[in-house]
Amino acid sequence: MNLDFSPEDLAFRDEVRAFIAANYPASLRGKQEEGEELAKEDFLAWHRVLAAKGWVNPAWPTEYGGPGWTSTQRYIWSEECARADTIAILPFGINMVGPVIYTFGTPEQKKRFVPGILSGDAWWCQGYSEPGAGSDLASLKTKAERFTDDDGKEYYLVNGQKTWTTMAQHADWGFFLVRTDPTAKIQEGISFLLIDMKSPGITVRPIITLGGEHEVNEVWLENVKVPVENRIYEENKGWTCAKFLLAHERSGIAGVARSKRGIERIRQMATTELGDDGQSLLKDAAFKRKVAELEIDLYALEYTELRTLAAESAGKGPGPESSVLKIKGTEIQQRVTELALEAAGHYGAPYFRGFPTDGDNMHAIGPDYAHRTAPTYFNVRKTSIYGGSNEIQRNIIAKMVLGL
Amino acid sequence: MDFNFTEEQSMLRDTIASFLQDKYSFDARRATVKSDSGWRADHWQAFAEELGILGAPFSEDLGGLGGGALENMIVMEEFGKALVIEPYMGTVVIGGGFLKHSGHAAASDLIGGIIGGTVVTAFAYAEPQGRYNLADLKTTAKKDGAGYVLNGHKAVVIGSPWATHLIVTARTGGSQREASGISVFLVDKKSAGIVTRDYPTVDGLRASEVYFENVSIPADALIGVEGAGLPLIEKVVDEAIAATCAESVGVLRKLHEGTLDYARQRKQFGTAIANFQVLQHRMVDMFINVEQSLSMTYMATLKLDESDHERAKAVSAAKVQIGRSCKFVGQSAIQIHGGMGMTDELAIGHYFKRATMIEGQFGSVDHHLRRYETLSIDQAA
Repeated sequence: MNLDFSPEDLAFRDEVRAFIAANYPASLRGKQEEGEELAKEDFLAWHRVLAAKGWVNPAWPTEYGGPGWTSTQRYIWSEECARADTIAILPFGINMVGPVIYTFGTPEQKKRFVPGILSGDAWWCQGYSEPGAGSDLASLKTKAERFTDDDGKEYYLVNGQKTWTTMAQHADWGFFLVRTDPTAKIQEGISFLLIDMKSPGITVRPIITLGGEHEVNEVWLENVKVPVENRIYEENKGWTCAKFLLAHERSGIAGVARSKRGIERIRQMATTELGDDGQSLLKDAAFKRKVAELEIDLYALEYTELRTLAAESAGKGPGPESSVLKIKGTEIQQRVTELALEAAGHYGAPYFRGFPTDGDNMHAIGPDYAHRTAPTYFNVRKTSIYGGSNEIQRNIIAKMVLGL
Repeated sequence: MDFNFTEEQSMLRDTIASFLQDKYSFDARRATVKSDSGWRADHWQAFAEELGILGAPFSEDLGGLGGGALENMIVMEEFGKALVIEPYMGTVVIGGGFLKHSGHAAASDLIGGIIGGTVVTAFAYAEPQGRYNLADLKTTAKKDGAGYVLNGHKAVVIGSPWATHLIVTARTGGSQREASGISVFLVDKKSAGIVTRDYPTVDGLRASEVYFENVSIPADALIGVEGAGLPLIEKVVDEAIAATCAESVGVLRKLHEGTLDYARQRKQFGTAIANFQVLQHRMVDMFINVEQSLSMTYMATLKLDESDHERAKAVSAAKVQIGRSCKFVGQSAIQIHGGMGMTDELAIGHYFKRATMIEGQFGSVDHHLRRYETLSIDQAA
């Protein structure tokens, strides 16, 4: 047991650091610094750079185009991305549906869908939650009825409503959980369908969230025709894919490197910001202690994640233990945003969305780093709700890990 | 000992509650927040004329209802329940407070203007560098003939876009952060040299950055004693904090009630989520937080007229409780609402945003813990 990076790992770190420095799109850098909302093309810009290099899918097996990195290298990669403050690669294709397709799909399905996921040409969204099925996902009601159309081919006719569908406004494709057998036990009648988001009968309506963002949507499906060959794995066995995917989703959800970067940013803010006594806020005993506690909790999370990664590379896939990473990871992400808002002081209050902030540099409305602190704090409350709420994660640990 | 309200006080509460019930629905408030002006001047006039509540804490010979801090508490708690935007805090509690306590020559006229709805004040005290230290001032008021000339930058002045007058804290002497040398001025907002940048706040209010660029003000703009304004500022800010605590009680009650309602009707796993013990305990802890916030609000409000030391201690203690409760109750409400709590469509998120801003208003938990430590431990006899 040791914590040292090998000379190869250190060389790898230098290589990826240099690559990011040389290739990260300058246009993104500027928008991030200004706190601008990112457009579809912005998300894709970095994706395409990494796809061209073969690094967009660090966790994939090499046979499907993964770079073949060790878990240590993947850890270094995410550290370096956070260090350089790159935008995150959207998870829906690469981290979610991609692994489901290469694990459960037919050779034809792999051939058809994997290239678009890698290149970014297909933008994916996730059709899981429904208004009546949140934490209790298996109670979903969207139904898919099989029929043979006039062309002699078999289709599913899909009807229902999905919600909290992130970035569906940009999506070309969605992966959906639908009920194909209404008479079966609730987890047994579900199938996993890939649906072209341009299909007639699909309506996407925005949901505006607390910080004013349009990230999530309602997706209505009215008599949407989906070819049967778009079903992944067996009919009525979609829950197997769903569980597999949820475990994958959880393992990436700790966000250690991003939280590290967030703490780093708080330390910078608190160096500039002054406390009540005119000293830098970082010298304020109470504030300093909160930063220290956060850092210590983050170490505990980081080394828990490293142990999980090591187990994974020894062939043990992410198990129910990954719920620990989800719970602690999201709690820490939320505390990072709390502390940033606190550091911003009075300037956490101004609201800038849709409000022109330029044009009068003589009379600035507080420092730039303060502008997004409150909306970000509000937005990040979602992390303890999505991907299986933290209450559900604790239930999973109680049942699956502790055997209670 | 008596925690009962008088008949007049109960009537005051009922009058406000029924007006807000009628005119201040969540949808109506949203429309106001999105409007150009960001407030309802007609509501303000209704507060003055129809309800008479802008006179709640003023004596009858000034034209008020003859009440005091308890009346402010009642108004603010009801305002918290409806997330009222209009600037009762900046005008009646703070503007009225300064005028009432200062013995200013024109106080009775100006208070008459406040009661009648024609004088609206905003409190320009915070500065970009000063965090929550009321004495950390770079804004200066230099003697110029009989009057003064103001220079400086005030940060996040809540309600300033609607104000006719600003209450400005400035240095007439002393060095930055020194307790002495601080003065308070009532400044006509139309004075030449005032530059403002107006903007919305995340919780639906309006505020401004206010820049004073060689603003000439007359001698009678001074409120209180030149150079010795800090004790007056602290007294009025403590009154404002007590009123903020009352507002937060209204906000917290709505967060708690809304969460109970939602948990009772939201079904998952074949049952209302209110039946899950882990959520029940969280809702019980929310309840305890609301009750203790109310208790601390009573304590702080009832001690406002005690010695400076006792008053400050009580107020800081209450603000620590309220700051913590705003965080816990607000976050719990969103968590139990799940995704629905994250939407702009539901009222619950708007209460959460207001609760979040109250956490830092007039000083964070850390600020008031430190102030309490100084008063209770360091300065103990």
